[in-house]
Amino acid sequence: MNHLDALPPWAAVMVGVLVLLGSGFAFVGSLGLLRLKDFYKRVHAPTLGTTFGAFFMLAGSIICFSVAHGRPIFYEILIGVFLTLTTPITLMLLVRAALYRNRVEEAQEPPRRTTLE
Amino acid sequence: MRRWLPHPLMAGFLLLAWLLLRQSLAPATVASGVVIALGLAWAFGKLRPPRARVRHYSLLGKLLLRVLRDIVRSNLAVAWIVLRRRGRFTSGFVAIPLELTDHYGLAALACIITSTPGTIWVDHDSARNVLLIHVLDLVDEASWIDTIKQRYERPLLEIFQ
Repeated sequence: MNHLDALPPWAAVMVGVLVLLGSGFAFVGSLGLLRLKDFYKRVHAPTLGTTFGAFFMLAGSIICFSVAHGRPIFYEILIGVFLTLTTPITLMLLVRAALYRNRVEEAQEPPRRTTLE
Repeated sequence: MRRWLPHPLMAGFLLLAWLLLRQSLAPATVASGVVIALGLAWAFGKLRPPRARVRHYSLLGKLLLRVLRDIVRSNLAVAWIVLRRRGRFTSGFVAIPLELTDHYGLAALACIITSTPGTIWVDHDSARNVLLIHVLDLVDEASWIDTIKQRYERPLLEIFQ
């Protein structure tokens, strides 16, 4: 049942590189979430995972299953489409909640500019 | 036409998604896809969405390519900011007065701004039509206002409004 053994070496290398690249970008995004200092900066980082991270992993998946089954399989594109359409909603909710908290609880606008290190 | 197919774009998108999911163009798949797409587009109409008008499909393609290029560039830029240990950078908010009022145009702008790492859509004041974004690596506010307005808002205005 494992088609992956049947993958020719060139495809296996390509898929491996793509998946590594994708997870690399997702990892850098998560690292940014950990490393950056305040909320508004932190929410930027995970978008690496939803753009480049997802793109490379989906490309790897498309190549892997297209080669393994011997016909083009590309419904992963839909994952990309839905990810792009839904990410702004979550992100906006989070950021607006933070903004609301800044404005109401602390009765102040968030600092307009902050310089780091 | 309008009577039987009140939301052609929605129905088209649903049919395309269905065919992609099924990975086949067999008559039975297409037929069931058409039935599902029409049914869901009809249900979508019951939500009374504002009407979408899309013009200049070629411009839409050009905008898509431009956004893809920006996504690549800003991915690398943000990855670099996260990875380098030292170095100063300034983050901040930029308020951008918009001309775009179309709901779908604004939704597209929201997708563009959040899909490019380094900028996020924070708040949109619909009364004053001012958009507030947060920029991770903010050098010059005026140039950001100019970028968003010229690169994204202008084509969106032509496409949706």
